[in-house]
Amino acid sequence: MEIFNPNSNIDFLGWRRVSVTISAILMIASVVLIFTRGLNYGLDFTGGVVVEVEYAQPVDVGEVRQALSAGGFENAVVQSLGGTRQLAIRLQPKGDQKNADKVAGDVVAALKAKRADVKLQRHDFVGPQVGEELRTGGVVAVIFVIIGIMIYLGLRFEKRFALAALASEVHDTVLTVGVFALVQREFDLTVLASVLAVVGYSINDKVVVFDRVRELFRSSRKADPEQILNRAINSTLSRTIITSLFTGITMAALYFFGGPVVHGFAITMLIGILIGTLSSIFFANPILLWLGVSKKDLMPVTRENPELARRP
Amino acid sequence: MTDFPRWKYALVAIVLLLGVLYALPNLYPPQPAVQISANRGATVDQALQDKVQGALRKDGIAFQSAELGADRLLVRFANTEVQLRASDVLRQALGDQYVVALNLASTVPSWLRAIGANAMPLGLDLQGGVHFLMEVDQKAVLDKQQQRYVDDIRALLRDKGVRYLSVERGAQGVVATLRSDADRERAATLIVGEMPDLTVENGAVANDAYALNIAIKPDKLREIAQNIIKQNLGTLRNRVNALGVSEPIIQQQGDSRIVVELAGVQDTAEAKKILGATATLEYRAGIAGPGDPRTTDAVRNGNVPPEARLYYGRNGEPYLLSKKVIVTGDELADAASGFDQQTGSPKVDVTLNAAGAKKMLDFTTDNVGKPMAVVYIERTPETKIVDGKEVRTTKITEQVISYATVQGVFSKQFQTTGLASPKEASELALLLKAGSLAAPMDIVEERVIGPSLGQDNIRKGEQSVLLGLGAVLLAAALYYKLFGLVADIALFFNLVLLLAVMSMIGVTLTMPGIAGIVLTLGMAIDANVLICERVREELRNGSTPLASIRAGYDKAWATILDANVTHLIAAFGLMTLGSGPIKGFGVTLFIGILTSMFTSVTVTHAITALLHGGRKLKTLSV
Repeated sequence: MEIFNPNSNIDFLGWRRVSVTISAILMIASVVLIFTRGLNYGLDFTGGVVVEVEYAQPVDVGEVRQALSAGGFENAVVQSLGGTRQLAIRLQPKGDQKNADKVAGDVVAALKAKRADVKLQRHDFVGPQVGEELRTGGVVAVIFVIIGIMIYLGLRFEKRFALAALASEVHDTVLTVGVFALVQREFDLTVLASVLAVVGYSINDKVVVFDRVRELFRSSRKADPEQILNRAINSTLSRTIITSLFTGITMAALYFFGGPVVHGFAITMLIGILIGTLSSIFFANPILLWLGVSKKDLMPVTRENPELARRP
Repeated sequence: MTDFPRWKYALVAIVLLLGVLYALPNLYPPQPAVQISANRGATVDQALQDKVQGALRKDGIAFQSAELGADRLLVRFANTEVQLRASDVLRQALGDQYVVALNLASTVPSWLRAIGANAMPLGLDLQGGVHFLMEVDQKAVLDKQQQRYVDDIRALLRDKGVRYLSVERGAQGVVATLRSDADRERAATLIVGEMPDLTVENGAVANDAYALNIAIKPDKLREIAQNIIKQNLGTLRNRVNALGVSEPIIQQQGDSRIVVELAGVQDTAEAKKILGATATLEYRAGIAGPGDPRTTDAVRNGNVPPEARLYYGRNGEPYLLSKKVIVTGDELADAASGFDQQTGSPKVDVTLNAAGAKKMLDFTTDNVGKPMAVVYIERTPETKIVDGKEVRTTKITEQVISYATVQGVFSKQFQTTGLASPKEASELALLLKAGSLAAPMDIVEERVIGPSLGQDNIRKGEQSVLLGLGAVLLAAALYYKLFGLVADIALFFNLVLLLAVMSMIGVTLTMPGIAGIVLTLGMAIDANVLICERVREELRNGSTPLASIRAGYDKAWATILDANVTHLIAAFGLMTLGSGPIKGFGVTLFIGILTSMFTSVTVTHAITALLHGGRKLKTLSV
């Protein structure tokens, strides 16, 4: 079975002004959103108490909110955990924070007062100082990963490839986080983990295209960069899309069957895969072209047979 | 086929076989169980088993089996609810003599366990339990330490006849104010000579008051800080053991935090009370040790001499100790384990402060050749409901941690020798320090996962792994036909190998780890997509089928290597920089990338070579 025309020769780079402009606009919008609206940080980062409960019969979120305010928890945030029976209640307890189990008990008591079929599933308490450290740790991790990858690409390829990869990494990360700022989905530790996984996935994608660019530059006699980049994108297009689909399938399975714990993870990956795939095609290569990649930068330094160097 | 040497086939076969063996234990789900071990002089025997079975039958609790081990009795149950009920019943029935612990008993067959194949331990999110992150208050300990130096410096100056205006804690360290420059000189020499951990510096002079700034050396400060964490880890371990949790996790995290994870525990209030106990020490004169007729008499008939009290040691052995306390933990300045220079046997060096030294001198002067014991005391606050009212009480646990003969007269510094092993020496030193310099701990994070939620998570995790795998298998077979099926076999073995490596290393499986497994499956197929696309390209360019396979693998390899190395860098970042869920995910991803490189390239190549080798091919099914 083949979905893609093997001889496709779409002029992706011809659209580079449009595609990069769109990317730039989206990036600016994301940054603006992240700074103005901010992220809806989860308990891991903000500190506080979250109580997860399960009802035997389906329950209405409004009903739970009523029960909570009747019990004196006015500022509680109630979220459904996919389905109508499981709910998460987030609170910022005042005063004595150490009594998280008491808070959890009180919440369940308040809910029981209204409907008796509720059961406590779990409760978490995170102190405010822990959250602050995690946030810094997360940013450090993202930066470390991006720099590590750049160094590797700089050594294995060439500095222009490293820069183009850096630009696309920043692009993909900012856009993914931007989506979270836009829809105000909860941003917790698992989502942070998957943002880092998106970095890994998207670089994987770029490297495959870059690899082909290098190969084509080395093998073709007449090396017009724009033509070569276009050919590289076209010949890896089938792989780029098929791999995204395959990975997307598994993440969809995780989203639909993995339960609320991994929802955030799966949805972030799905968003990241989409953005990463598009940027492999429309963003990374125009940047590479503008950085002025050329045949002579890519020829092996030693005049050995390049074919030999590549064998496993 | 010459492309693929024999030894590589052998390698593939061996690795896959080992993978299957070591992944296999994960198919045997652990069973909820209760583990009963003896506490104090009690024994685990047939009588205990009968008692346990009787107690369970009386309450109508069904159990699946009761196995009598060397020093423990293991009772297995059908599910966690029964297990929890049973442990409550058994705790009541057996009393303080036995420790009743919740346990997940392995159901892995013994032949697998014999080759070291075990199932992955499950994280709290998969089996339920409590997680605490505790922050150790290092400042409180440093403050206390400084106060001790203040007392010691005062005593030193008094002893040597140096008159001083004041010795007090300043903004940084200790400030001594003296009456003249000459006095200050003398004080400085004395302090540096007697207390090598301190540095002195002349401070401001005003109205015949000569200040001397005294600071603790940075090395010593670091040592104190490290010790604080170590001793808190030690005391937490002791306390958790008392709580009766099997395989608790107690680990240092960062500079000043400790993670405590107790699987199966649901009552956080109880756990917090025990974790938050305060410890003290008492040095007491020994009257009779275990084996002495007076002690035996006291244990059997309750005939305790009027000046004595009956205590128990760590292994339940009885001691008779004097009612009078010689020195308390507050007066102990330091304790460190080491080796005796003459005999080479393990020892513990103890340093007392000035007040303690004087009392110790008085005691040892009269008691050379007699025994002296150290009692370790833990106070746990408890609230009980009596007549409908909350009554706060304190539960006190006392334990003799050292019993030794006084060899000579000593005061400030002395050592305990005759310890069985270096481990025992360091344990004793830790306990001594814990009883003297207890660092307060705050709970900064607390997570409780209900047991049913854990099982729910396991089920969902399994489902998403299997469905994710199934979907990719199907898609690959449809799109790449025979090559897709070969990739499918490799992908399946990738899962097997990933599980095997994780089990061998003993990675704790968590929900984010499962997400990592699913993601790895999705991305591992990428290598095969690359290979298949290359093979198709080669075929289109007019190469023969066999040449296409060879060129496809060769050319794809460079790409696969680059793509995977960059991905490994990302996984490494997650693994080393992340904490908690991020770490679990990163570890899985890291291992998964490595196994996928083997299965997607080497394993598929082996199968492809086996299928197509030595045949004249006209077409390829790709």
